[in-house]
Amino acid sequence: MERAMKLPQRVASMPFRFHGGIAALVALLVFNAFFTPNFLQLQTLFVNISQVATIAIVAMGMTLVIATGGIDLSVGAVMALAGALAPLIFLSDLGSANPMLGVTLAIVLPLFIAGLCGVFNGVMVAVLNVQPIVATLILFISGRGIAQVLTNGNLQTFSNPSFSYLGTGKVLGLPFQGWLALAIACVLFWVITRTTWGRYLLAIGGNERAAYLSGGPVRRVKIGAYVICAVLAGLAGLIVVAINSASDAARNGNLMELDAIAAAVVGGALLQGGRAPIFGAILGAVIIQLVKYTLLANGVEDEVALIAKAVIIILAVWVQQFRRA
Amino acid sequence: MNALVSMSGIEKSFAGVPALSQANLEIAPGEVHALIGQNGAGKSTMIKVLTGVYDRDAGDVHLAGVPSRISTPREAQESGIATIYQELNLVPLRSVTENIIMGYEPKRLGFLVDWREGNMRAREVLMRFGIDIDVTEPLGNFSTAIQQLVAIARAVSLDAKLVIMDEPTSSLDASEVEVLFGVVRELKKQGVSVLYVSHFLDELFQICDRVTTMRDGRTVSTRNVQDTTKLEMIADMLGRNKDEIAADGLTDFAGAKAKKGDIVLRADSVSTGPRLTHFDLTLHRGEIVGLGGLLGSGRTEAARALFGVDGKRSGAIELHGVVGQPSGPGDAIVNGVGFLTEDRKAEGIIPDMSVRENMTLALLPKLASRGQIDFAREREIVQAFIDDLGIKAAHMDQPIRELSGGNQQKVLLARWLATQPDILILDEPTRGVDVGAKREIQSFIRSYVEKGFGVVLISSEFEELVEGADRIVVMHEGRSVKELTNPGVTENILVRALAHHEEGTGSWNAQ
Repeated sequence: MERAMKLPQRVASMPFRFHGGIAALVALLVFNAFFTPNFLQLQTLFVNISQVATIAIVAMGMTLVIATGGIDLSVGAVMALAGALAPLIFLSDLGSANPMLGVTLAIVLPLFIAGLCGVFNGVMVAVLNVQPIVATLILFISGRGIAQVLTNGNLQTFSNPSFSYLGTGKVLGLPFQGWLALAIACVLFWVITRTTWGRYLLAIGGNERAAYLSGGPVRRVKIGAYVICAVLAGLAGLIVVAINSASDAARNGNLMELDAIAAAVVGGALLQGGRAPIFGAILGAVIIQLVKYTLLANGVEDEVALIAKAVIIILAVWVQQFRRA
Repeated sequence: MNALVSMSGIEKSFAGVPALSQANLEIAPGEVHALIGQNGAGKSTMIKVLTGVYDRDAGDVHLAGVPSRISTPREAQESGIATIYQELNLVPLRSVTENIIMGYEPKRLGFLVDWREGNMRAREVLMRFGIDIDVTEPLGNFSTAIQQLVAIARAVSLDAKLVIMDEPTSSLDASEVEVLFGVVRELKKQGVSVLYVSHFLDELFQICDRVTTMRDGRTVSTRNVQDTTKLEMIADMLGRNKDEIAADGLTDFAGAKAKKGDIVLRADSVSTGPRLTHFDLTLHRGEIVGLGGLLGSGRTEAARALFGVDGKRSGAIELHGVVGQPSGPGDAIVNGVGFLTEDRKAEGIIPDMSVRENMTLALLPKLASRGQIDFAREREIVQAFIDDLGIKAAHMDQPIRELSGGNQQKVLLARWLATQPDILILDEPTRGVDVGAKREIQSFIRSYVEKGFGVVLISSEFEELVEGADRIVVMHEGRSVKELTNPGVTENILVRALAHHEEGTGSWNAQ
């Protein structure tokens, strides 16, 4: 009587959460090993890690917001805003006079401002009950605008080795930001699995009403998720600026919200909330990065790469549908 | 006469655990057939096998004498089996007509929907059941009952031969139930069979022809409703002797009543809005105070006020002698109040979380030091409650959605017992729960009260209130109007108290 299960059901019933993602990753690696020239070289690894770190960092924050059943469209704009602020601070008179203080402030202040953006998003969503997609659309539009006003729409270039360490430094031969992403992942994983905040986060995404009636601090936890997401986006913005030794408010973090959402979903986050696979977000980011890289290295145009990304998202959502059923 | 549906020797296991073994079900054409059993007895699994949601492991299904080929819900629909679920799968924002004709719209010129024809058909189908509503209005504007009837009308318009109704009356009030019964009788008259799943045994006597009882995945009996009694059905469901049950009384509340202690809670003419205008209550340690009243009388609103969910506009609430309303659920919990909500799905369980995580949700602040959860203690507490309350789960990390309704309810009860509240508010604690779990839950409540805690019990079942509560506060249209004190309260006295205050408004079912 037992009919053979359909493929996606079989994939979905596998014990390991990331199954589909892991399979995709392996396929990409194998393909590249055979077809992409010079793929198996340290330089390739280095380039990919330095590029994937920003997506991964933003995707982890996005995963937290998605876990509450929300979404944050403003991450790209917050990146631009934080990225625009940093050079302004260390290039200012105060920053030039005290290089150490300048660089410290150039990291701390933009992250603080990013955090305020998160508070804004969180309050809109959790207190004023605005739909997350609409609430974060406000900063999605205005955040980049503010960044461009701050920089008069100019490209700011600079030479500041201590600040650039964020994007070009090496630890044990691998990019600093890669280690940073990994460290953030470990901390967030601990927070989600071990703390009351993490438990409430998942409970709110699973059934907000029940979480509230059980005494869960729904507003605080939701605002917290948006703040962490925004601060991580700010950090990613700083890293991009540090990599380029230049801040371009028009392009920094452009379309990042889509990459981050895609990475989170590919990593196993459910858009209706209740699940926060942090390492899944990293896996998702790596897959998206590798697809981009594979197509680029094999001479496929950017436009086609966008289509490929869409296909990945469709596949991820498809597998998710059956996993729930 | 050939049976419309005949299922025999059905077997179905989930991950090696049998859910159905040698289950049988036979439905005659034009028959209203009840399917009853405790939660987890296999009723839903049986229905899902019939409608192609699950594949069976073994057994035969025949439709009108022909082996069934149904393997998806869609195919079931096409073979004339319509299922009306508790959660309706209709579109509330679209019109009644659209909901009825969806997927089968009459067309003009091959592609334009012919609305005039559609509206006419929708009206016609509804009129057959004596329902006269404006079919162009959005479905969401009508009551749950009407929406349910629209779902049934849709099924009938698709030429259903069998309509499966899963707990159709659980969210209806008395007058709506009457309308639904009218529809069921009408279906029967038209030769359509109905498979009727319900926990409310009294209903079966009004509309059902035969009743099949299931227990532990097996079919225990099929009886003619005419020739059986409520007691006999309960005995079948529980697998117990009916004389034994008769001697016991129907609830497990009865027993030594504890002595009253100090006052832990006092509400003095509390109002929160139009639905709760004047509420008085005094609760002592060691007593159960019942809130009785019809649907919409303000019972749940009173509970929400005490728990700090709805802010009060006037009046005073006093907890442990301190005046002040909790600012919200979190604050209420800290002040020793617990609130088991009425709607288990919408306000209780977090479906994807485990039994363990669900049970400790309200206790979480006390389980943590500096934000970090003490897992060892959590597991210890959860295991203790699983053992005490006899919760049937594979293990404490099983998702709660996989548990039966009765076991889910026990987990939620444990969620509140774990916080050891001085005041535990229970809103319909045994609704939608099978007879066995119901008795267990009632006895836990009684033993909790005997330890010196106070309970506010809200229940629509007079039996439960009369046998369970030490005192009953009768509510009517947002006001507490009368107080009855046990011993001495009977169902008749309670009904009279309710009815007395209904006289002014004319109709018993005025909502």
